[in-house]
This record gives sequence, structure tokens and C-alpha cells, in this order.
Amino acid sequence: MRNRAASTYIVLRKEDKCTKCRACVEQCTYGVHSYNPAKNVIESKSWLCSNCLRCVEFCPTGALTITRNPNSYRMGHHWNHEAIMDVKRQAETGSALLEGMGCDGPNLTYWDRLLLNACQVTNPPIDPIREPIETRVILGRRPPRVELKPENRRLMLKNELAPYICAETPILLAAMSYGAVNLRVQEAMARAAIECGTYFNCGEGGLHPELRRYGSHIIVQVASGRFGVDIEYLNSGVAVEIKIGQGAKPGIGGHLPGEKVTEDIAMVRMIPKGTDALSPAPHHDVYSIEDLRQLIYALKEATEYKKPVAVKIAAVHNAAAIASGIARAGADIIVLDGVRGSTGAAPKAIRDNMGIPIELALAAVDRRLREEGIRSEVSIIASGGIRSGADVVKAIALGADAVYIGTAALIALGCTLCKMCYTGRCAWGIATTDAELSKRLNLEEGCRRVANLIKAWTMEIKEMMGAMGIDTIEALRGNRELLRGVGLTEGELRVLGIKVAGE
Amino acid sequence: MDLRESLEPRGRLQVDGNVALLDATGLHYRELNALMRRLSAEGVENVELHNVNGQRYIGTGLKRPMNIIVRGTPGNDLGMFINGQRIFVYGNAQDGCGNTMNDGLIVVHGSVGDVAGYAMRGGRIFVRDDAGFRLGIHMKEYGGKKPIIVVGGGAGDFLGEYMAGGLILVLGLKEEKNECVHSPKFVGVGMHGGVIYMRGCTIHAGKNVLVEGVEDEDLKLIRSLVEDYFNHFNLDLRVNDFISDEFVKVTPSTSRPYMGLYR
Repeated sequence: MRNRAASTYIVLRKEDKCTKCRACVEQCTYGVHSYNPAKNVIESKSWLCSNCLRCVEFCPTGALTITRNPNSYRMGHHWNHEAIMDVKRQAETGSALLEGMGCDGPNLTYWDRLLLNACQVTNPPIDPIREPIETRVILGRRPPRVELKPENRRLMLKNELAPYICAETPILLAAMSYGAVNLRVQEAMARAAIECGTYFNCGEGGLHPELRRYGSHIIVQVASGRFGVDIEYLNSGVAVEIKIGQGAKPGIGGHLPGEKVTEDIAMVRMIPKGTDALSPAPHHDVYSIEDLRQLIYALKEATEYKKPVAVKIAAVHNAAAIASGIARAGADIIVLDGVRGSTGAAPKAIRDNMGIPIELALAAVDRRLREEGIRSEVSIIASGGIRSGADVVKAIALGADAVYIGTAALIALGCTLCKMCYTGRCAWGIATTDAELSKRLNLEEGCRRVANLIKAWTMEIKEMMGAMGIDTIEALRGNRELLRGVGLTEGELRVLGIKVAGE
Repeated sequence: MDLRESLEPRGRLQVDGNVALLDATGLHYRELNALMRRLSAEGVENVELHNVNGQRYIGTGLKRPMNIIVRGTPGNDLGMFINGQRIFVYGNAQDGCGNTMNDGLIVVHGSVGDVAGYAMRGGRIFVRDDAGFRLGIHMKEYGGKKPIIVVGGGAGDFLGEYMAGGLILVLGLKEEKNECVHSPKFVGVGMHGGVIYMRGCTIHAGKNVLVEGVEDEDLKLIRSLVEDYFNHFNLDLRVNDFISDEFVKVTPSTSRPYMGLYR
């Protein structure tokens, strides 16, 4: 049986424009295009196309168009095209569906139903172009209260401050491991982080020796696979993040397919080349909050209490209670990753159905920590589905100290969200470790584009803060008075802790 | 707080050249480990800890080589992340012994708890008696770096789970008789590298592993490790008593245990 009649995309080629230059054949990494010398034509297997648009970008004569296939299964609301295609795919392979990037299901984006306040008449707005607006954020554990002591007729801080990191903008670059992406992507991210005074999280695959020089702007991650984790690694960045869960795949571990495990990755991760790199679902030394505390303090011992330790969890139903446990376990930073969070590879069923939207989880966690009087003792980084400067502002108003961006940064690098990351054949040279394909990414340009994105969003954040009459992130954080909801149920408004627009 | 200045006059800490003797009674792990790091920075290379009672992370974060003798019962994560230090425990170790250790040696004159040698990257662990569940899971290996765990007694379920490299040898000795004392389940489940040798027990192997008899090459390796084991624990047994065809060898049957499960 064949399932080609209603393949999702079709390749349209204007034969009068095609010069048979074969750029499309060379550029496509999924085997769509091939040259038939007998007929002197280029043939296209549309059913292999992922709509990554690489060929269209590189066609010198504009002969190619990729479009949704007008042939479609009889369209229903329940049995829609995607549902039917998935069943057919699985009937053919007997396998669980794997996909890259994040959940794209409908009805899960709350950002669009949140609106911000602005100054009118009674409170003056601030013009960010001429007046200072502070976007710097301090991430780490703060003392419960400030205590001062007189010293040489001056008042000095009496509290011993816990280690912290300072970012010039509330936008950090999310964890992307060497393996899921290649070294150029990581280097572009790290350099952009340096340029913007922020941080890049190197993910769970260790830190390549070549990238250690960027350590002043790198957060190192420790996940259940403990890839590349030794004392030098832990001390090579500015902070250590324990990854318990990830928004794209809560409750399961990582699985880097053997195709992506090159010699170099085998070296950094210390596993055999070409084997599946597995991260167990749990950390087998963490089965409770007490155990988590033990791991947090193991990392603090290993870094001599000089670096903040973050704990990342997927946003799940009882995230608020878990976050409270994490704060009490001694973490300096809590990272919440919502259902829209991305990945290099996740079972589709889990990616699309497990976990909750970051907006709701963030609001619930922030409120719980406030109620317990420990919100100021820990920083919160929100991630999973942040698309714009406005989303960042709304996240901070809902209680985040800062956000991680992953997908947006990858789009800046050239990603077209075709979701084929798990194949290791990324046509844009991003989610691939193939030496040749990696060269498709221009490091300098990539770095510039990611830095541009962060700067542009930071400017937008300043403008929006100014319009609200706010000049520091501190004053924006958790400031729900600035938010109103539209099209939300009472239950949703309650969880978000905001009023309906007009109230 | 200067712990050293408070302990030395009371005789709880004695430093003589590069050797230190420390009474750990009542010390929090944070104090104990900070003190050990300080001693190490001052050039102390041998530390003997007395009255250890549950202090965690002993040896973690030391930057120079050190021989550590632990008398008493160390807490969890003994020798976590150690990088070349050598730890000799006269007593039992708890959970997470040698967790993510990079290099060095841990010798336990007793038993170890669960997840000993989790994600171990190099060095050796010798355990005189038994090991708990999930021994040596996710052990790694690359190039010349190959971690080794030798357990004299039995080991719990899931030993060598997700193993990516290294070697685990479980001798299955009980006291001084050659009896089988263990029958771990799900041995090597999900393993995709490395090797497990086990003696005298029923193997309940995980999926995707091969269970075979040992070859001469394997026996040579086993023999040298058994000799090391006997030397560490001063056991009066002859190596030849154990080297027989009783050993089985567990290796991954595929380097891609999850290929085809997802598409």
C-alpha cells in the first residue's frame, strides 16, 4: 500500500524556468530531488518533502514552489489530515512517531489572550530612547531580608550573598546540546550571548574543549545521562543547571539517535561512536526532593559554592508544589519549561499531550512561592514558546525573572521549523552534526543574527516598559496589575491571577 | 569560621608534613569538605578521617591527588566527581559511591548502597562485599579512559543499565566459600557499550544483551582484576580457585537498542 496520493506537501517546478542546474538536488538532504539524465529532467518525490524550503531558497531561477498538497483526505474536524497521515505512517512502520521542535497544537497560547496596560494622563510614560530603562536582571538566591551594619561610618550589607549571575537583558539562550545541534550553532549562540551580555546554556551533551573559552557566558547542564560531566566541566561555566525535565518531553529521558553521534561527540559525551546516546528518564540518584537537595549540594561542593545551581523542570500539573520543593532543596534558580518547549527529538504523543502551557505554570509557581514567602529567595526562568519581546514582557509580569529562548534563536539562525531535527539531516546545517551539512551555517552571520534578535527584543521590552511607566525589570516582575485577559474563563483568570480586560 | 584553628588545639586535627589525621565527630559535610580542600591546597596528600558518620561528598572538589582513609560510615555520594584521588573506606559506603567519578580509586572494605559508580568515567571501585541496585549504570568510556568496578559479593537489580562503556566484574563470593549469593534481574538493560562479567549466578538479562561464556582473553582480564581485589582486601584465597568456566560475559547485542522503536 502506498500513502503518496495525499502527501502533505507537493513540489511544483516550472519546467520553462528550470535550467537543470541541480542546485535543488545538491541542497535537499531528504532525497526529494533527483536528476534523470535519460530524460534530462529533475524529478521530485514530493512525499519526502518536509517543506524546509532549502531548495526554493537556492533555486537560481525561482522555478520551485512548495505548496500544501491540494489532494487531501476527505477533511474532517476530528479526523483531520494530520491525524490520518499519522495513522498511515504508523501502520506502515509499527513505530512510535518521532518529531523535532515543539508542540504546535491549537488553543495552548495564552500570550495572545493577555494584554498589557499603558500610561494615560494620570501616570507619565517614559521614553526609552532618551531616558534610562534598566533591563539588567540578577539571577540567584536572594537573602530573605537585607540586613545592614555600620562600618567606618557607612552602612554595609551584613548578609552573605549567595552566588548569582547578572544578565544585561532578561533573555537567555536555551539549552541546546552538542549532538542535537552542531558546534557552529553552539558557538554562534555563545558569541551572541557574550555580545548581548547574557548567557547560553550548553545543554546536556558536555562542553567541547573549543567552546570553553566562552565559559564566562555559558551555563552548563547536568542531566540524567551525565554526559561530559566532570569537575572541570562544572567549573567551566558561570552556573550549573540540573535538567530534571524538559517541556517537549516531560517524564522521559533524552535519546540522541546514533546517526548524530560522530567521533567528536563520542569524545565529548564519552560514549561509543554511532550508538544511541540515552539519557535515562529519571536521574537515578534523584527520586525525591531530599535526593534533589543532595544533587544540588553535590554540585555546590564541586564548585565550592561559587556558582548558582538551577533546576529545570517541565511545566506539569503540580509544578507549583514541585517548585516550592526545589526552592527549599537549595536551588538558586528554577527553570520552568512549558508544553511548547522544543527539542531535537521527542515522541510526538508526549510532545503534544504532556505538560501544561508555561503561562499557567509560571503564574501558579510564582503565586505559590509568594504565598509561602520564599519567592524572593529564588529566581525563575520561564521557557517554552516565547516568540517576541511582548511575550517576554508578559512572562515577567506573570512572575518570571527572565526567559530562555530556543526556537526563536534557531529561527534567527535560519531554521524553518520543518521538524526534521531527529533525522540529523537538517538542510540548514543546524540540527545536524554531519561535517558537510554543518558548513551550511555561517558562524559570523549566525552569531550576528542571534545577537540582533536579542537586541531587537530588548529594545521592544524597553519601549513596552516605558509605555507602562516602568523603568526596571524588578518593578515589572510579577506585576499582574499590568495584565488583563481577554477570552479567558474564570478558572484561567484565577490561575493566571489577572483580571478580565475592562475590569 | 576557622575550623582548622578550632580543631587543631583540641587535638582533633593533627597535621604532620603532608599527612593529616582528623576526627570528624560532629562535623557537617560542608565543614569537613572545606577543611579537606584547604588541607589539600596546603600540600597535604594523605588524610585519615576518624569517626566519620554520614558526611556526604567526601573527596569531592579536591584539586590535587590525595589518599583518603575513611574510618566509620561515610554518607551518600562518597567520592562524587573525584578526579584521581584515592579513597579507602573501612566500613560500608552508602548510596552514590563514586557517582560520576572521573579518575582515581575507591576501595570499600564492606558493602556499597545503590547507584554506585553511576555515570563513572574512569578510575576503579573495589567493593569487598555487596552492591545495591543499579550498580555502574550509565558507565562511560572513551579512548584510554575505561572505568572498572569489582564487587566481591552480589549486586542488585539493573546492574549496568544503560551502560555505554567500562567494565563491571561481580564475583558472587559469600564469606570465604564459593557460593552464589545473588541473582540480579534486568542485567545490562539498555546497555550499548562496555562489558559485565558475572560469576556463579543465574543471569536474568535485560533486552538487547548477549550472555556468553568467557574466552581466554576475558579470563586474563578477570584474573588480573581478581588479583587486585585480593590484594586490596588481603584475602587469603587463591586466584585459581575462582578462575574457571563459571563466569559469564554480558555485552550489548546492538549499539542501537532503540532503533526502529521511533520513526
